[in-house]
This record gives sequence, C-alpha cells and structure tokens, in this order.
Amino acid sequence: MTDIPMGDGPAGAVPAAEVPEVDLYHPHSWITKYVFSQDAKVIAIQYSLTALAIGMVALVLSWLMRLQLGFPGLFSFIDANMYLQFITMHGMIMVVYLLTALFLGGFGNYLIPLMVGARDMVFPYANMLSYWIYLLAVLVLAASFFVPGGPTGAGWTLYPPQAITAGTPGQEWGIVLMLVSLILFIIGFTMGGLNYVVTVLQARARGMTLMRMPLTVWGIFTATVMALLAFPALFVASVMLLFDRLLGTSFFMPSLISMGERMAHRGGSPILFQHLFWFFGHPEVYIVALPAFGMVSDLISTHARKNIFGYRMMVWAIVGIGALSFVVWAHHMYVSGMHPYFGFFFATTTLIIAVPTAIKVYNWVLTLWRGDIHLTVPMLFALGFIVTFVNGGLTGLFLGNVVVDVPLSDTMFVVAHFHMVMGVAPIMVVFGAIYHWYPKITGRMFNDWLGKFHFWVTFLGAYAIFFPMHYLGLIGMPRRYHDIGQLSFVPDSAHTLNAFISVMALIVGFAQLVFLFNMVWSLRKGKEAGSNPWRATTLEWQTPETPPGHGNWGKELPVVYRWAYDYSVPGAPEDFIPQNTPPLGLAAEGGHP
Amino acid sequence: MSVTLIFLAGLAVIVGWWLSHQRLMSKPWLEEGAIADMPHTEASQVPAAKLGLGIFLAVVGALFAMLISAYLMRRDLSTDWRAVPMPPVLWVNTGLIVLSSVALHWAHLAVRHGDMKELRQALLTGGVSALGFLVGQVLAWRQLSGAGYWLATNPANTFFYLLTALHGLHVAGGLAALGSTTLKAWRTADTGRVRLSVDLCAIYWHFLLVVWLVLLALLMRWVDDFIEMCRPLLS
Repeated sequence: MTDIPMGDGPAGAVPAAEVPEVDLYHPHSWITKYVFSQDAKVIAIQYSLTALAIGMVALVLSWLMRLQLGFPGLFSFIDANMYLQFITMHGMIMVVYLLTALFLGGFGNYLIPLMVGARDMVFPYANMLSYWIYLLAVLVLAASFFVPGGPTGAGWTLYPPQAITAGTPGQEWGIVLMLVSLILFIIGFTMGGLNYVVTVLQARARGMTLMRMPLTVWGIFTATVMALLAFPALFVASVMLLFDRLLGTSFFMPSLISMGERMAHRGGSPILFQHLFWFFGHPEVYIVALPAFGMVSDLISTHARKNIFGYRMMVWAIVGIGALSFVVWAHHMYVSGMHPYFGFFFATTTLIIAVPTAIKVYNWVLTLWRGDIHLTVPMLFALGFIVTFVNGGLTGLFLGNVVVDVPLSDTMFVVAHFHMVMGVAPIMVVFGAIYHWYPKITGRMFNDWLGKFHFWVTFLGAYAIFFPMHYLGLIGMPRRYHDIGQLSFVPDSAHTLNAFISVMALIVGFAQLVFLFNMVWSLRKGKEAGSNPWRATTLEWQTPETPPGHGNWGKELPVVYRWAYDYSVPGAPEDFIPQNTPPLGLAAEGGHP
Repeated sequence: MSVTLIFLAGLAVIVGWWLSHQRLMSKPWLEEGAIADMPHTEASQVPAAKLGLGIFLAVVGALFAMLISAYLMRRDLSTDWRAVPMPPVLWVNTGLIVLSSVALHWAHLAVRHGDMKELRQALLTGGVSALGFLVGQVLAWRQLSGAGYWLATNPANTFFYLLTALHGLHVAGGLAALGSTTLKAWRTADTGRVRLSVDLCAIYWHFLLVVWLVLLALLMRWVDDFIEMCRPLLS
C-alpha cells in the first residue's frame, strides 16, 4: 500500500493533488509495473482489454443467435436451451461486463486522473484490487460455459421463479455462477468506484473547479455515483436469489408444483425481485449512457473546433438525468400487474427524462452548427452516436407510454429500441473514444483508412440490423423465441427480413476484426502522434511525456486557468488554448498566481 | 421501495447542498484566471480516506435500505410470515455494541488529548466488546436454530439471519481495520500517527451502531405501528 499521506499528522493538510512526486508508489519490478500495477493507466488498459475480450465472446453469441433466427433449423447444434443461454450471456456480458467495465473501469481509470490533473487515483491499492476482482468475476462467468448444464438461460433479467426451477437451462450450476460472478463484480466495482468519486472530489489540480471539468469527467463521475447507489439493489437481489437457489428459502419463490411435486418454497414474491432488479437495471442504462454523453461532448467540441454549446446546461442535464433515473425503474414492469396510478407515475417520470436528454442533443447539434467540422474517425463515430441515440430515444418515447408498451412488450420492437439506444449508441462512443485517445495511450495514430472503413461498415451495418427489427416487432414477432415457426400472423416476408438481418450481423461482426487488427498493427506501425495530435485543450493532452509516465506530470503539477473548451477564441494565436495556459497578464509573471 | 427512496432522497439533499456551493450558476467560459478569484471551489481538504469512508458508508447505507425495503415488501405480501421470537441475548449484544461505540468515541477523544495510554485502553475495550457482540450474535443464531427456527422454515427467520449476517460481516470487516489500528497504536508513542485511523474507526463504529439499532427496532417490531401509520402516505 502506498504511503501517500492521507491525513496522518501534519501532512494531512496537503490535498492529494499536491502530493509531491516522490511520495507516489513506485513499482520495482516488471510484475508490479505491468501485472499487479497500482498505476491507474495500466489498470485502465487491463480493464479495457479484459472487457473487450469477454465482449468478443458476447459478439460470437449474438452471431449464433442470429444464425438460428435467420436460418431456423439449418444449424442443428443450436437447440432451444442453447438459444436461451446465448441470450442470457450475451445480454449480461454486454451490459455489465463490457459496457460498465469499459466506461468506468477503462476510460474512468485512464481519463479521470489525467483530465483533472491528478498524479493517480487516491487509493491505488484498492484500485488494483478492483481490477483483479473484476477479472475473477469475468472468469467465474466464463466458467459457466464449461459446467454441467451450461450457463444460465434465464434471460439477462434472471427472473425467478424460472431462473432457478427445473427446466430452465443452467438451473444446476449456471445460475449459481452467474450470481456469484455478479456479487464479485459489484464488490470489485465498489472499490474502483470509490476511487473515481474521491479522486474527482479531492485530487483536482489547482484551478480545476467543478465547472472547469471536461464533460467526460462529469459524465463518468455522475455515473459512478449512480452505480455506487444502484448496484446494492442488484447485490441484495443476487444474494437473496442465491439463498433461494441454494438454501431453499422463499424470498422470491412462490408456492410451486414442479414435476408433479409440491416444492418446499412458499409465499415468495417474484415481483419483489423485479423491483430490486430494475431499481438497479434502469439506472444502469444511464450508468452506461452518461459517460458516453460526456465523452461525445468532448469529441464533438474538439473535432468541430468550437466550444461546447451550453456547457452549464450540459452539467445540469447530467446531474438531472442521474437523479431522475432512480424513479423510473417500474416502467420495465408495466406488464407485471401494478396499480394504474403507479403506471401513471412511472410513465410520467420516464417521459420527463426525455427533457434533459433532449437538451443534450440540442446542445450537440448547436455545437456542430457553423463549426469547423473535421471528419476524422472519432468525429464520424460521434456523429453516428448522435443519430443513433436520437433514433433509439424516440422509440423510447413510444415504450414509455403504458398503452403502447403493453402490446409491444416482448416483441422485437423492444429489442430494436434498446439495442439502438444502449447497444449501438454507446458502442459508437466507445469506438470514437478509442480512436480519439489511442494516440495519447500509445503515442501512435490509428490507420485512418482502416478506421473509416470500420466506421462505415459498422454504422450502416448496425442500421441494417436494428432498423428492420422495429418492423418485425410491430407485426408481432416475439422476442426470446428460438423458432417462431409458422405463426399465422407473421408473414413470410418476416423470414426474409430475418435472414437479411443475420447476414448483416455477420458482416458487422467481421468489421470489428478490422478494428482489432488496426489496433494491434498501429501499436508498432502507426504514425507518430506527438503529444497533442488533435490540438485539444484538455489537460490529458498537455502531459510532458506521451504516453504519460507514472505520476503523469513529471516534476510539477499543472495549474488550470480556464475551462475545457476554449476553441477558436477570437484574437488567440492558435485555434485552441489549453486549460493550463495562463492568461496573458499572468504569463509575464511566470505562470503562477 | 419507499425506504430506499427516502434514504436516497436524504443523500440527494446532501449532494444538492454540496452542489449548491460549487458555483453551478457560474459562466466558466467567461472566467479566465487563477482559482483565487473563485473562493471555496478548491478540491476538498478533507483527508481522502475520510471522504472515501463517507462514500463507502453511503453505499452500505443503500444496501441496508434496500434490504429493509425488501423486508417490508416481503412481509406485507405474504400470508406465511410468522414472526420470530427474539432471543434475549440480543439485549446483551446491543449493550456490547453500544459499549463498543462509546469506547471508540473515547479513543477519538484520547487521540485529541494525545493520551496514548488511554487510547490503547479505549481501542482494546472497543475491540473486545465488538468481538463480544459478534460472539453474541452467533449465540443468538444457535438459540434460534436450536428452538427449530431454521433459515428456510419461514421468511421472517430468513430475514433475521440475512440481516444479522450482513451486519455481522460489516462488523468483522471493521474489526480488521480496528485490529491494525490497535497494532499501530502499540508500536508508536505518537498519537498523531494513528489519529486518522482512530477517527475512521470511530465513524464506522457509530454508523454500524445506528444500523444495528434500526435493524433491532425493525426485528423487534417496535416500529410496526409507525410503519402502519405511514402506509397510507407511502402507497
């Protein structure tokens, strides 16, 4: 554990941001530098690579599902049980183990200390543990593919009683491993989350007020606060479900007759599980979305060479969305049977969230308006995000209304909606952000041509996959069905459309290999990036070394004199002014107030 | 979920109060220059560990709020709920955890006075009584299970075991921190070196005492009338 003075004795008065370089934890060997590292940047890369690796598994699972849906019966090795297992694992991996871990553990670790001008996270040891517990959670989850009965097939919502009763695939081992893995994930996340929050509160460089923080930091910070408060609900739900499964308690399990015999469970409430699950599950959507909102704001501002329009409103919108998202959870439960007044309340709050979200979209568009737009690869992905997010958001307005949701619930329309808004949109930002910050992380540029190819195939392909799904939903094609067979209300054209979607899914999946190739190839062969290739203002681009060394800032910490978006300021010598550039009057005095 | 929402509303008030002091109404694009022109917007001066503990306690608080929500919902939903008779040893345990909390407060004062001898006594008292509390909880479990109140026989039993187990786990985790603090206090003569650790333990102990008292009130069904009274407001 490091000996950064944390208040023991007189050194306690020194904020962590100003701890001199000598007091940092210094790695002494290859193992402590690259494997059990306490440097947030290394931990960030570990998080990101692990998340991408397990994400590839989820991608392959989605291929298998699409093969079955597009060409039912052709692939005999995919039976109904396996199909349900693929759904469950794909959903859970993508939402929790890929997106949450990548945005908070990956980008959060890399960007927070650099963007607020800190030397490192404030609790580096807990930060390291956070990654290793996350890795353990991933391994436990992956292990469920190899246990008797396979992974759980209860759907990513893991609703009891089906999650733990006989007949559901993975009822023997899979569900237990899934719940243990989630519990581990939450414990690991809490350790990391404490770091992100306290670092933002406590380790900001001099001059970095909250209102001078880049929106990326605001997004990750708010999302982390939300995650810290929402994950306990999943923790409680997982522990209680595990009790029901292993110890025969009846938190969620009603009286049931299984295989002709009365089970020992009595009187539990599946609805209780739904409340707990969605109390986590809905904030989770914004836990993924808010970091994406923040990053895309920075990307747009930098690549359009314009200050972000309505910065203050953007901050309020982030905080507002964070708060509101805790009172909308039951819109996932319109069809569970609830009091009509509750439905009214939750429909109202759900629709109100559209207001701050729309404010953000307007501000992005107005930032672009009359900007000097550079169609770089990160910018293309940012634009792709805005379009996709608006599309997905609009169908959210449909589903937020009880009367529309009831008939559309459990059709492909819902699948299309949440894949647009929570799958494609954040993934666009993930790619944009990787293309944007890769030069800082590695010192090399991505290959531009391959990047553009990756973007166009992914963007157009994603639309070819998910746009037609809305129509499939409207004509009544149910979700979660292994084979819809000859349902009379589903026309033949739906089968053709399904085959088309599946082919597109294969193409888009293969396009991601181009991205992976580009990432590895550019590591050695990419063009030298220099320290600030995008001519950006935020602190991470102003480090003395690229990639930044341990401790980030060399001998002296940066001092911040302005907000994060001084682009194209009239009269300035260049079209950007970094945050640590002193005002003209101060520069003459040596840069220190 | 009303208990959880009330808890989160409380947190939201704290966050809102803090945010209101962060110049969220300012126009950062016009404010070039050093931070000296913007009072009270520096990074917080609270030691990182104290801030971290505060946030951790908010997370633990959310966890218990969630459990209490589940407890109330499950109880109201079912007809199979049979209240557990509370083993009398819980009174002793409550006394022990109160004593432990008082001892930690004493330790906190001793650190302030720089009295190492008193500090060591206080830490030892706090640790031993907390350990006693844990032993007492296990005893309560044994008495209950001995009388046939098994984990799965009734949801009331299950909740009793789950709530006390999670609370006990938190006490055990705290004991590890207290143990290392006590060791440190034995190795040094300078109270300043353990000041922060002692303060952190004290905060944690007071928090766990409050959680225990809330759980006890719930399990002993002292607050049933109050909950009944609030029901029309909540549902």
